[in-house]
Amino acid sequence: MAKVIYALGNDISTDIIYPGRHMATVLPTETPQYAFADIKELNELLRAQQEPPGSVIVGGKNFGCGSSREQAVSALNGYDLIIVAKNFARIFLQNSINLGLRTVTCPDLEAAAGDILEITPTAVLNATSRKTFRIIPMPSARQAIVEAGGLISYTRKRILAKSSVG
Amino acid sequence: MGMTVVEKILARASGLKSVRAGDVVEPRVDFAMSHENAALVMNQFLEIYQGTGMVPRLWDPMKIGIIFDHRVPAESPKTASNQKKIREFVAANSITKFHDIRGDIGGICHQVLPENGYVRPGAVVVGTDSHTTSHGALGAFAFGIGATEMASVWALGAVVNVEVPATIKVNVTGTFKKFVGPKDLILNLIGLLTAEGANFKVIEFHGASIKAMTTSGRLVICNMAVEAGATSGIVPADRETIRYLREEAHVKGKIESVKPDKDADYERVIDIDVTSLEPQIACPHTVDNVRPIDAVLGTRVNQIVIGSCTNGRLDDLAIAAKILKEKKVAPGARMLVFPASGRIYNQALAKGYIGTFMKAGAVVMNSGCGPCLGVHEGALGDGEVALSTTNRNFKGRMGNPNSEVYLCSPAVAAASAITGVITDPRSRKGGKK
Ligand code: SF4
Repeated sequence: MAKVIYALGNDISTDIIYPGRHMATVLPTETPQYAFADIKELNELLRAQQEPPGSVIVGGKNFGCGSSREQAVSALNGYDLIIVAKNFARIFLQNSINLGLRTVTCPDLEAAAGDILEITPTAVLNATSRKTFRIIPMPSARQAIVEAGGLISYTRKRILAKSSVG
Repeated sequence: MGMTVVEKILARASGLKSVRAGDVVEPRVDFAMSHENAALVMNQFLEIYQGTGMVPRLWDPMKIGIIFDHRVPAESPKTASNQKKIREFVAANSITKFHDIRGDIGGICHQVLPENGYVRPGAVVVGTDSHTTSHGALGAFAFGIGATEMASVWALGAVVNVEVPATIKVNVTGTFKKFVGPKDLILNLIGLLTAEGANFKVIEFHGASIKAMTTSGRLVICNMAVEAGATSGIVPADRETIRYLREEAHVKGKIESVKPDKDADYERVIDIDVTSLEPQIACPHTVDNVRPIDAVLGTRVNQIVIGSCTNGRLDDLAIAAKILKEKKVAPGARMLVFPASGRIYNQALAKGYIGTFMKAGAVVMNSGCGPCLGVHEGALGDGEVALSTTNRNFKGRMGNPNSEVYLCSPAVAAASAITGVITDPRSRKGGKK
């Protein structure tokens, strides 16, 4: 069971998730403080760290559109959030897979702040509204990176395998 | 079934005879570009080698390019220190395609790559910047990736687990009216497709209007393909591509062109006739909120920006200078010009454009991203409005969530600078409001 701590609309850009003026900060340990810096209420909510890990932020269509900045992913990852959105922009989705941020693509999702969700491998159950919404599973190609624990360890295994062959 | 251009490029780069949309491949990379975010790429690259007992080694320093553009000259000690670290890394690893903060060879990455001949038709180009799509203008498959993905490319020389994207074919015919051009075309298309309409897809451009378009114009349309969500935009290489590479990028040696098969499998075909196209404006706060100029004529603007990787090239500056010649920037408005590269800056200087801008009262800044992403120069005040030739108008993009950004062509921006309100360059009238 996971609580929706905030619900956002369509086209949430990486400029909203992590404003450009904080891009000189690159270390994943330092980026979370600037998550949603321009949505003050949400930024404060996250920084207060009162919500348990695995809490949910809900988005509409095209979540994470815009810049390829990876800080947008590491900032959210720092709070161990799950992002459930109707769909995600390509680079953001790939960055999430690479860094291990949990994303759920749920095209018909209806959920508001405060709702309690149960996320299974195939569906999102909104326990508050008692509605069930299907999930688009992640393509198997990307699953390999998730299973390796992110792209760093995936690539590390690859270079180790290469060096033992060569 | 035949293959699209990107399918052909990916098949070859993955050592396969043929691929189809949806296949998963591992293409080798021909060029890997980063800007200041190379600081993060470096961290992640070293992280990959943690605990392996191996010495971190770049797969091919000759295929790596690093261009400083986002914060030049540095706006803070933090940025300056990041840039310093990158310089040291570049020197230690013999990366020669490094463009530091300079007035001759510096500039915005998406201009520096083409003008130096780093991008060739048929190549796989990746960049830690979403507008890497630009380089499809030269017939390459070019797409944006994150910093960790780039670290993996630095180690392996390939992008792992790439899903071959489906392709949307856009056929463009007709002749642009005066003061209407590539920027208006791409804004119109983004309005049509919406900001997510081409997500995970490639837009392949065809038609007589594209054939007649210079590489500079093609860079504009491929640059903004990502604003419709596209993985990349691509113009199959033709005579113009070869002309550009030989004459402007001074490329020697063989250049090959990859063409799509006649029976290539397109997910969708869109036909656009530009003959009756009006100047287009993307209104706040999404790029797909596009309207013909008539809908917003007369809107007051505080800051006019001409520049960026979208419209900071010589032809953009030429048209703006023509409109601004012997005119003045309206009182109450301010105008910022930032040429896309040092080379363009020098050319504009020789042609007298820079002088025209200065005399008109515009501020001409060094080449770089400048106000485009709101981290450096040209931030907006609360409640202010910008009219800009850049490519994004997201809330907060120019450094202030309480401001608005409209996007337009260089001709509209220049005409509006004179009046201080959004103005049609054809009538030079700004309407009421
Ligand atoms: S000019 Fe703007 S869009 Fe282009 S690379 Fe720089 S920040 Fe990005």
